Amino acid sequence: MAQAAIELIGINKSFGAVRANRDINLQVARGTIHGIVGENGAGKSTLMSILYGFYQADSGEIHVGGKPASIHTSNDAIALGIGMVHQHFMLVDNFTVLENIILGAETDALLKSSIAKARSELDRLEREYGLEVDPDAVIEELPVGLQQRVEILKALYRGAEILILDEPTGVLTPAEADHLFRILKQLKEQGKTIVLITHKLREIMAITDTVSVMRQGTMVATRVTKETTVGELAELMVGRRVLLRVEKGESEAGAIKLSVKNLTVKDSRGVTMVDNVSFDVRGGEIVGIAGVAGNGQSELLEAISGIRHAVSGEVTLDGKPIDLTGKADPGELRDRGLAHVPEDRHHVGLVLAFEENENSILGYHDDERYLKGPFLNVDAIMADAKEKIEKYDIRPGNPRLRTANFSGGNQQKIVLAREMEQDPGVLIVGQPTRGVDVGAIEFIHKRLIAMRDQGKAVLVVSVELDEIRSLSDRILVMFAGRVVGERGPDATEGELGLLMAGVEHQEAAQ
Amino acid sequence: MDTFNAIIQVLDSTIRLSVPLLLACLAGLYSERAGIFDIGLEGKMLVGAFAGASAAAVFHSALIGLGMAILISVAFALVHGFASITHRGNQIVSGVAINFIAAGSTIILGQAWFQQGGRTPALQPGERFEAINWPGADAMRDVPIIGPIYDELISGHSILVYFAFAMVPITWWVLFRTRFGLRLRAVGENPAAVDTAGISVAWLRYRALICTGILTGVAGAYLSMVQNGGFVKDMTAGKGYIALAALIFAKWKPVNAMFACLLFGFLDAAAIRLQGSPLPIIGKVPVQFMQALPYVLTVILLAGFIGKAIPPRAGGVPYVKER
Amino acid sequence: MSTPYAKLPAWADYGLIPLINLSVAFIVAGFVVLLVGENPLRAAVILVEGAFGKGTGIAFTLFYATTFIFTGLSVAVAAHCSLFNIGTEGQAYIGGLGIALVCLSFDSTLPWWVIFPMAIVAAAAFGALWGLIPAYLQAKRGSHIVITTIMFNFIAASVMVYLLVGALKPAGSQAPQTRNFLAGAELPKLNWIIELFGAKIRSAPLNICFLLALVMAFLVWLLIWRTRLGYEMRTYGHSPKAARYAGISETRIIITAMMISGALAGMMALNPVMGDQHNVAIDFVSGAGYVGIAVALMGRLHPVGIVLAAILFGMLYQGGAELAFEMPAISRDMIVIIQGLVILFAGALEHMFRPYIQTLFASFSPKSVGMQAVKGTGA
Repeated sequence: MAQAAIELIGINKSFGAVRANRDINLQVARGTIHGIVGENGAGKSTLMSILYGFYQADSGEIHVGGKPASIHTSNDAIALGIGMVHQHFMLVDNFTVLENIILGAETDALLKSSIAKARSELDRLEREYGLEVDPDAVIEELPVGLQQRVEILKALYRGAEILILDEPTGVLTPAEADHLFRILKQLKEQGKTIVLITHKLREIMAITDTVSVMRQGTMVATRVTKETTVGELAELMVGRRVLLRVEKGESEAGAIKLSVKNLTVKDSRGVTMVDNVSFDVRGGEIVGIAGVAGNGQSELLEAISGIRHAVSGEVTLDGKPIDLTGKADPGELRDRGLAHVPEDRHHVGLVLAFEENENSILGYHDDERYLKGPFLNVDAIMADAKEKIEKYDIRPGNPRLRTANFSGGNQQKIVLAREMEQDPGVLIVGQPTRGVDVGAIEFIHKRLIAMRDQGKAVLVVSVELDEIRSLSDRILVMFAGRVVGERGPDATEGELGLLMAGVEHQEAAQ
Repeated sequence: MDTFNAIIQVLDSTIRLSVPLLLACLAGLYSERAGIFDIGLEGKMLVGAFAGASAAAVFHSALIGLGMAILISVAFALVHGFASITHRGNQIVSGVAINFIAAGSTIILGQAWFQQGGRTPALQPGERFEAINWPGADAMRDVPIIGPIYDELISGHSILVYFAFAMVPITWWVLFRTRFGLRLRAVGENPAAVDTAGISVAWLRYRALICTGILTGVAGAYLSMVQNGGFVKDMTAGKGYIALAALIFAKWKPVNAMFACLLFGFLDAAAIRLQGSPLPIIGKVPVQFMQALPYVLTVILLAGFIGKAIPPRAGGVPYVKER
Repeated sequence: MSTPYAKLPAWADYGLIPLINLSVAFIVAGFVVLLVGENPLRAAVILVEGAFGKGTGIAFTLFYATTFIFTGLSVAVAAHCSLFNIGTEGQAYIGGLGIALVCLSFDSTLPWWVIFPMAIVAAAAFGALWGLIPAYLQAKRGSHIVITTIMFNFIAASVMVYLLVGALKPAGSQAPQTRNFLAGAELPKLNWIIELFGAKIRSAPLNICFLLALVMAFLVWLLIWRTRLGYEMRTYGHSPKAARYAGISETRIIITAMMISGALAGMMALNPVMGDQHNVAIDFVSGAGYVGIAVALMGRLHPVGIVLAAILFGMLYQGGAELAFEMPAISRDMIVIIQGLVILFAGALEHMFRPYIQTLFASFSPKSVGMQAVKGTGA
């Protein structure tokens, strides 16, 4: 092995009672691309944030370039030539590209010379690495792919020799991701060391030289990428063989329960997020919507559930029209048999500060079952919550416990129990298993299929392609606010990937 | 000619009344641009006024007075910072607390030290900032139109007045042309970006609050050492809140802040001047209406009927590192 | 994450920590007393004796507490809906206008037990109305309610001055206030309750509003924790997005919460206006609305806590008056400092001592702390 660019020895980090990193050892060789994989919550980001000086380790040593390093702030890390591209970009939205690049790396107290220097340096970096971007553009007006490029330029401008990328492809289309990988390979050829954090095994196989696997805060293995397989890595990640496909029978699609015609939705800035979308969901089938995050799926769900007003479109629920352009609200839709498991359970689906039983009526709190006149029927609510805890195996089984104290999987079960037990005709689910542990994923998938088999219409939106492929009876792909294709459950990943990248869509437009 | 003289006089008092507003407004601009809501401007001005007048009276020096005003006002700003930056407390709550502590302690200490019912001793010449007469002001006085403008409006104010107006371009320059300003604006928009760039969010925000403290200190000193020859209890009388309103009115921009403060100062001057005397066409306007007008205008602005006031994005939210 | 800290037992959370915060506020206040050259311990003794030593003192303490219960509840109701109502002061002032109109119209013809309910309704309605406009602007136009309610305090002051030196002032009078109400608008005193315990009371303004305040405290508890409306307010207060998801109308809940808050603020005016002064004068609220902020924070937004905190502040007001008498260097403005310090330590610096307490608890019984900590950091 070549000389180690980074060496971590015995790193420990706890947040309160949660041990995010336990006794982690890691070596990354100079001039290589090293992948770190693990499920959400495995401690990858925490580890890298320690290396970048964003957090302090409780114990352990860091060596950079063979020498012991003490990294207390991001400044120390930057001085040692470490740069990081965060999952959520660390950019000031209403600043220009140049202003963002010089922030924290200004040459002197006045901006004039810093900006002049950055302009010429940026020019050089552009030529050297092919990272083109307009230096005077304002960040919020740039597409996501370019914003990420600014983040990479920021690190290079600060002289980064070691570049950490945290889930860099989460917001990118496959084509943009490919472009990013080409850039990373080029950086490697120039002698930079790259650490790539991801939970997507495909990316690891495609680009890394070596890979480390993390599970529940520990480093379980390090492999040379060429000598391992996706299967082995997946097993290491979850600790046992993954259930890749849920068992399910043929769908017996019945009558149309939810029909969406020419739905158009704009966001608060007036940008069209859902563009003239039409589709139907029948009873007894699961329709999955695939797509890279940010292509209008979230807004589509919000519009159908009444959270966000649509601009235009005709929607019928059980054959009866419903006005989503301003009159209908989530309460009314719920009354008409539409249940919604939202994408963001922390801020939308649950009130984390509430007791479990209070969350088990959220949205149904105006139901007569839970009321006595204007008062809450506390006994009925409590009995109801206990019943759901039993049925959905929610742990710990205490309805008086604050919801924030439940794990991600159990929180999701609280939401699912509430929505499914209302016996809705239509169930729409956003990111059914985001941040949920493997055991709960299986449970949730089985429940969704059970709903289907009871003849309910189920609409699932997920950015996890595997999940969409395993659950859906029909797959719709969204790109740039449009439904760009419909495929059966046997569609290949490559086929869907092309659709998600908008390839066919663009060809059709020309 | 009488009308002309009346206008000159109203404009002159507009300037005098705008100055404390302008200083406090620019003070608020530093802290709010850095992401810290500051409804404690009133309290910091008040302690500044008290400390300034007390020190000037005791040490017989206007400069020592000004120094103390700034020092104490900065100290209060740091308390605000300690609560809202270091301990991530609610910025509005700590601002309210500062206003109360300021209101109570100035009276208690004033009474204990000087025994004049909460007043500080009347300041003698040399203990307060005197008006500066510009060269040729006397000679110009009799020239029509330009004379009174030069003599009354431009010349004949204290150094603090010129300081306040000079702070407008200086603040603009600091904010948009210096490294400190770039970082300050960044921390008010996205503190995480500043943190990951290797800059301490807390220290940056503390420095912004120190700027706030300095300017509220000068504002207070102006009240007790220029406008009034000594401290009187509750002498800020809501000016900190009007400055806050002006800051919103100015959409957090320095030059706009000057115009907003001049407008509010003018309303105040006009209210004093009119004192219930009838206006042509409109008739008699109640003084209270004129006094309430800045607040009403700000509410109308906030309601979005005359443009939209968008505060700095990270304003009011304590910075917690991402989990 | 909703809370960056591990859990403490409830008694520490609701008892120990507020107590420590309060003690620190008083210790700092003690230093101010030292600074003016008096003995803080002696001051404390005078203060407590002044408030509780004699029947009259107790009656005054409870009279002030009554006012603060109303304003504290007002701030708390809005706060449960995550609205910071700094406008309690102005809403109470305008509430006084409602009372004035009722009393001036009917005090010569109707008995107090008819006028009182009418005055309650008028005070609540006027206060609610003054809360309505900032609420509407927040809900519909996104105007920051902290700023608008501050502005409305000043506007209320201007309106009241305009009326009290104009239309409401009796002809020929110089004082900026209404005429004194007749017997029909005077509320019965409650001093006899204290006299039951054998204490003597010379004259004190403790009146039936105290009972009204206690009833309102109970009703607020019922509202917040036992009604659908309260559930909706708390949902919105914790997460506006969850409220939208749950089909709760943002406009309706903000306006309702602010009107209830404004109504409680308005009812505060009953106590000094009908129970004590028997007129409406300039600045009769004199900061009680702002005291409500301190009371609500100290009472941790719970009606029981608010009643206790209000009594504490009542004690400070009454004891402070005695203190000013005994120690000329200390005027009643000492209370304003204490109030500020309480807001600082029980509000803005609420969590300052928490980590230390947690460490302390952890060292005694590791099991009680952190076992139920939030799972799922990192990603």
